[in-house]
Amino acid sequence: MSKVENLDQIIESYGPHLHDAPHGGWRADRVIDRVVPTHCPYCAVQCGMNLLVEQNYVVGVEPRYDFPVNEGRLCPKGVTAYLQVHHPDRLLYPLIKRNGRFERASWDEALDLVVSKFKELQNTHGKDSIGIYSGSSLTTEKTYLMGKFARAGLGTRYVDYNGRLCMVSAAAANNKAFGIDRAANPWSDIPLAEVLLIAGSNCAETFPVLNKFLWQQRDNGGRWIIIDPRETATARQGDLHLQLKPGTDVAVAIGMLHVLIQENLIDQAFIDTRTNDWEATREFALRYTPEVASQISGVPAEKIIAAARTYGRAKTGMVMHARGIEHHTNGVNNVLSYINLVLATGKIGAPGRGYGTITGQGNGQGGREHGQKADQLPGQRSITNPAHRKHVCEVWDLPEEELPQAGVSVVEMFAKMREGEIRGLLSICNNVMVSLPDTNDVRRSLEGLDFYVCIDFFMSEGARYADVVLPGSAWSEDEGVTCNSEGRVVKINKANDPPGEARVDWWIIQEIARRMGRQKYFNFDSPREIFDELRRASRGGNADYYGMNWEKIERNNGIFWPCPAEDHPGTPRLFEDRFYHADGKAKFHTIEYTPPKEVPDDEFPLILTSGRVVYQYLSGNQTRRIGFLVEQCPEPYVEVHPETAMRLKINDGERVRVVSRRGEGVFPVLVVRTIRPDTIFIPYHWGEQLAVNQLTNPALDPVSKIPEFKACAARIEKIHSRQLPIMGRQRKGASLSEVRKG
Amino acid sequence: MEETMFIDPQRCIGCRACVAACRECATHKGYSMIFVDYIDRAETTATMPTVCMHCKEPTCALVCPADAIKVSDEGVVMSALKPRCLDCRNCVNACPFGVPKYNTQMHLQMKCDMCYERSSEGLKPMCASVCPTGAISFGKYEQIVPLRRTKPVNVHVFGNQKVETKVYLMLPTDADEVKVDGCGVFEGMLSRADAETPTTESWIDTQVEHSDKANEF
Repeated sequence: MSKVENLDQIIESYGPHLHDAPHGGWRADRVIDRVVPTHCPYCAVQCGMNLLVEQNYVVGVEPRYDFPVNEGRLCPKGVTAYLQVHHPDRLLYPLIKRNGRFERASWDEALDLVVSKFKELQNTHGKDSIGIYSGSSLTTEKTYLMGKFARAGLGTRYVDYNGRLCMVSAAAANNKAFGIDRAANPWSDIPLAEVLLIAGSNCAETFPVLNKFLWQQRDNGGRWIIIDPRETATARQGDLHLQLKPGTDVAVAIGMLHVLIQENLIDQAFIDTRTNDWEATREFALRYTPEVASQISGVPAEKIIAAARTYGRAKTGMVMHARGIEHHTNGVNNVLSYINLVLATGKIGAPGRGYGTITGQGNGQGGREHGQKADQLPGQRSITNPAHRKHVCEVWDLPEEELPQAGVSVVEMFAKMREGEIRGLLSICNNVMVSLPDTNDVRRSLEGLDFYVCIDFFMSEGARYADVVLPGSAWSEDEGVTCNSEGRVVKINKANDPPGEARVDWWIIQEIARRMGRQKYFNFDSPREIFDELRRASRGGNADYYGMNWEKIERNNGIFWPCPAEDHPGTPRLFEDRFYHADGKAKFHTIEYTPPKEVPDDEFPLILTSGRVVYQYLSGNQTRRIGFLVEQCPEPYVEVHPETAMRLKINDGERVRVVSRRGEGVFPVLVVRTIRPDTIFIPYHWGEQLAVNQLTNPALDPVSKIPEFKACAARIEKIHSRQLPIMGRQRKGASLSEVRKG
Repeated sequence: MEETMFIDPQRCIGCRACVAACRECATHKGYSMIFVDYIDRAETTATMPTVCMHCKEPTCALVCPADAIKVSDEGVVMSALKPRCLDCRNCVNACPFGVPKYNTQMHLQMKCDMCYERSSEGLKPMCASVCPTGAISFGKYEQIVPLRRTKPVNVHVFGNQKVETKVYLMLPTDADEVKVDGCGVFEGMLSRADAETPTTESWIDTQVEHSDKANEF
């Protein structure tokens, strides 16, 4: 039903095409009639930026020096972000696929088709036959609406969001250890820390502006311990770089804990008064010497000892981590084992003493707070908790028996599509054909659906499989709030109207709900009204927004939640007095190391890990259309250590076939000494035959259900290709980010 | 203008936000005057931005037959004056840092003027505004230098030519000048064995050499 039959036609009509100039071309003689202060649409630093608007067109960007997080700084994605707004690839009217071709339709026609299909499927196969897959690049108002739409609008239990591919391992571990899911400290604490321990974060490329705080800390005399299988630009400057085997963080962290205990670098008073379950963790760690850790991780024992001493002896210190440790079948355990170091040394809850995950997507934090997650209700409440259900049903005025039970994670949802349990899908703010693991299985899931409707503002690789594509809005075309990686809620402002017949996303969702006969629950006239209900729904929950309003947020350059009352200033630093478990204490977890689901063997002797480059954002649906960014990195490549390259007799720049148990792809080799000899790396932002996710393993963490993007077994095959990488002048205007015509 | 630029290669993360932001400057909209080198990608992730160093005796101006390149009172070396520029490219070829560009469509030399219309009004140039790490910083000497653990150097030696610049390089050495011949400030630090081992350049290094550093648009 949802097959892609005319790929050439789709690419010709909807791109990705490269576009590299503001509306009307590069001109210096513009008359700017409005300067709109807002935030970047990309990562969760949520840099402030000013958009320059000329006659309802966003034509440029001006640094926003007065926003304290970035003080004007931006990365190349941020500088060029405005170029997506009036991009020629923008979807301008609803599309219905007929005989394999997308045809223009009216809103009434498209929405009525969606509603009739949904009703038909739900009448025949039950309410749960429709799945909703949302995302965290939406404003918090929209993420709240998506959760409510699934439960109160469609009555389906199957709703999940793309944060499942992002930082759910951190979220789950934070809830286990601290009873709340938020970074514990504002970034202004970073320069106050003597030592930073940064694990699995290529933050130079993925969070460029965070490096401002890192260097402020360095200027104050601070040191960095970097734990990463690759020598990233951050690791290059690290005082200590522990270049571990992917997926062995648990071993390194326990090895460090062993040293901390042996050398009495722990804070016994803190452990006694503010934590539980130390004894078991202590006894376990005592049996786990740095030598054992070294054998597992491949990091020399001396380095593990040095790292433990550096972190343990410092008076202040912060631990931060990102996807590198979270994208594993033992992702939650990786996070918990680093949290053990934080708790054992008591380095938390004070200036310069802290902990935090570096959440990825723009609204990665806000998007995981208000109920678009499979098991969650607004305010970080649980859908399995009767008191929580009652509260939310009261706010929604929904009979409690109508509120569905918990659903499943997105990778499991896609399995249910193949099994025929989920027969219809509505997706917004994601690109499944790039971002989900095992692309070939994802394709089978989509092709097996009875009906797929996608809301997006560009035709993503995933949207091509849809029966109906509804044109949504870019970030500058709507307003609302997002929550950055520190827990700071900031305000996104509107700069222009959506082009053509495109509509703001919340209007589209409400219109579907209205036509489904659920208007009673969806009477919002503006995002402000959604925010107001969200405030009330979150009241009393962990992520309490009750005391916030848009004006207060803007006046204060953001408010940190929890903010339970109107006169409450917000909470930049958590855990100063108490943790969020019922007894106010944090929990140690005794963690045994388990290897990644798939380890190298004779057939697949290398560890394949995937990640990002600074020029692309997530699935690339926005950034692979911007000329400047594509020119910097036109196609994915595979990083190989020179020793490995020599053994396989492959040359720098040669195209090779990389094969795993699930699929294969051809990539040019970048021979670099900055990666481990047993590991290869491919950036993930591309789709179709350039997708590294053709190879990655969809095995899930048992708790967080995050897929193991960061370690699977693979081999490299020489194909005697003579095609060089796209380089030099060729890459000006060139892109292999697409299937080429002919 | 007491402020100047400070280039700190140690901090550069190679993101090229400066390259993108440079295109937003009103005097050369859409054209970037900055390039960022991979130092040797096969060996390291180190990168370095090159902006106009604003020489005290600018070679570009010295070789200009039409006197089209002017230096402002504050020491900012300006783009060629459009009515004067003869389209001869002397400056493009002569600059020891490889900075000025030649615009073939407009028959005009273009170069960084430190975002003159911003910096003369107290705003930072675009590149220094956006640089995430402070690899490119703009400010007063006494405000920036005490904060850093690196040494400001503004004397560069190219063979027989010694160039003093308004812009400083921030270096982790004691050297007073950067010698560009041989191994620069790190001369003598490489072993003979290193020098004798032929190293091939990574294709990704070549990429920058062949396009970003091309001296014409």
